[in-house]
Amino acid sequence: MTAQARSRIPGAVPETPVSSGKLNVERIRADFPILKLNVAGRPLVYLDNAASSQMPQPVIDRLVRYQTEQHANIHRGVHYLSETATAAYEESRRKIQHFINAREDREVIFTSGTTEAVNLVMHGFGRKFLTAGDEVILTTLEHHSNIVPWQMLRDEKGIKIRVVPINDAGEFLIDEYEKLFNERTRFVGVMHVSNALGTVNPVKAMIAYAHARGVPVLVDGAQAAPHLKVDVQDLDCDFYAFSGHKLCGPTGIGILYGKAVQLERMQPFKGGGDMILSVSFEKTAYNAIPYKFEAGTPPIAAAIGLGAAVDYLLALGMDAIATHEHELLEYATAQVSGMPGVRIVGTARHKSAVLSFTIAGVHPHDVGTLLNQDGVAVRTGHHCAQPVMQRFSIPATSRASFAFYNTMGEVDALVAGIRNVQKVFG
Amino acid sequence: MADPKALYQEVILDHNRKPRNFGTLSQASHTAEGHNPLCGDHITLALELRGDAIEGIAFQGESCAICKASASMMTAMVKGKTRQTAETLIKEFRDMATGALDVGQGDHHLGRLTVFAGVRDLPTRVKCAILPWHTLHAAFNSVSSTSTEAGDDPMHAPIGDA
Ligand SMILES: Cc1ncc(COP(=O)(O)O)c(C=O)c1O
Repeated sequence: MTAQARSRIPGAVPETPVSSGKLNVERIRADFPILKLNVAGRPLVYLDNAASSQMPQPVIDRLVRYQTEQHANIHRGVHYLSETATAAYEESRRKIQHFINAREDREVIFTSGTTEAVNLVMHGFGRKFLTAGDEVILTTLEHHSNIVPWQMLRDEKGIKIRVVPINDAGEFLIDEYEKLFNERTRFVGVMHVSNALGTVNPVKAMIAYAHARGVPVLVDGAQAAPHLKVDVQDLDCDFYAFSGHKLCGPTGIGILYGKAVQLERMQPFKGGGDMILSVSFEKTAYNAIPYKFEAGTPPIAAAIGLGAAVDYLLALGMDAIATHEHELLEYATAQVSGMPGVRIVGTARHKSAVLSFTIAGVHPHDVGTLLNQDGVAVRTGHHCAQPVMQRFSIPATSRASFAFYNTMGEVDALVAGIRNVQKVFG
Repeated sequence: MADPKALYQEVILDHNRKPRNFGTLSQASHTAEGHNPLCGDHITLALELRGDAIEGIAFQGESCAICKASASMMTAMVKGKTRQTAETLIKEFRDMATGALDVGQGDHHLGRLTVFAGVRDLPTRVKCAILPWHTLHAAFNSVSSTSTEAGDDPMHAPIGDA
């Protein structure tokens, strides 16, 4: 870490470790204009990356270039701009195909985000193939976006939802999962990495177990795609969902990967233009995948921006990103777990860059407001995972979540901020 | 903009640590529940009204310091007062928290409650401060002594949905 980085954080202790240096974090930070902001008179310490991560200049530039030189509607015109925009949009699809190692580009569907991707699967697969009494397995860790759609299906069809419990560390045990299977099990929805606790789930083994029983699996990868190397063929998942805005890309765009065999037998989710081959009032023939699931004009700029974001991450290397974030998490965990009155919620053996914690006697919302006064941005609340909060009998936590552009000095700022909270409430 | 640090003043921290009128009432005539799903704040308010007089008031629940201190100071303020006085305070407090009332300028009866003026610069915390007051308003309008009326509370929905 450079002297300049150190001086950002007043009171940074000399023993702050230096990261192993696979990433040149100071140079990377220069790519992110927003990280130069001051908040409440202090340098911004942005530790809310699990909610939304920041966008580097090359992605911003790509959006500007699209909008200034390439914009037109796609798949519709024979003119120059429409062809340029269509080519850029489809090129972005192929970038994402390679990012997750999908077999074919038509297995990559642009959605508005993870939430829409899950809803697409619920409508396209669940409403078509599930009937009363069928069972869907979810986990206690799920984000509301992978719970509520299935409850809607339950209310509509009379399916049953079974939930894998978690232990005190925030992990679920694979045999608890296996016990939930029976002859009515038709579908599994599981998150790859928990947004509330950081737990990395053994999805590959879970998928193998489900497939041995002919049960397809949807993986919510919203918190995994930004931090780990994702290989959908190696996982062998049927569906994989993630969001652009957590991946240094734009909001309003996300991905549903689906195996071609699944997507082809599913029904469309939304009806409209682009998703049809021919329409008459008697009969409409649907387009081939992926277009069958991309009705109407998509967020073209955002889709192209997501392609640029993926380029940016791949240039850094997902392994180097994971290594640096792991060092941040280890350092933060060591620092915070030593603080009296502070409890880390979520202590799984395999964790990604999330540190959820509570401070004795202080509500997380007060923690968040006070940390903000030190320029430190964390998320406080239930993290759209109320069943997880119920499991730990707490209303909410404060959550610091890291990205590859965070520094050890910023961890120090978090720790100093927590100390200040304790002083105010002392 | 007021220094948000000023929000966590000693008065507020003290009411958070030792909330007044914390508990239940054996003789409650009106109750209501207030809930802020955004941060999980949840309070139950019980009133003992005799005619228009607030003979007793108590609250319970789990909430952040801002909400708890606001509830504690509210109960201390309205106890022994009339319903009309409390309704006036509800309106003034709400106006102060949302920035419609500048406590340095206009006429008001908020007294020590002006320590909450700083929340208007923290939009996500405005609801925390107002929740007890909305719940009091709901309790006045509850028809029985059970809390199941909370769902019909006209002030409940705007808080919950925001
Ligand atoms: C694990 C997980 N799943 C799903 C979502 C929903 O993502 P989005 O709001 O982008 O649709 C999030 C983000 O909050 C998440 O963390």
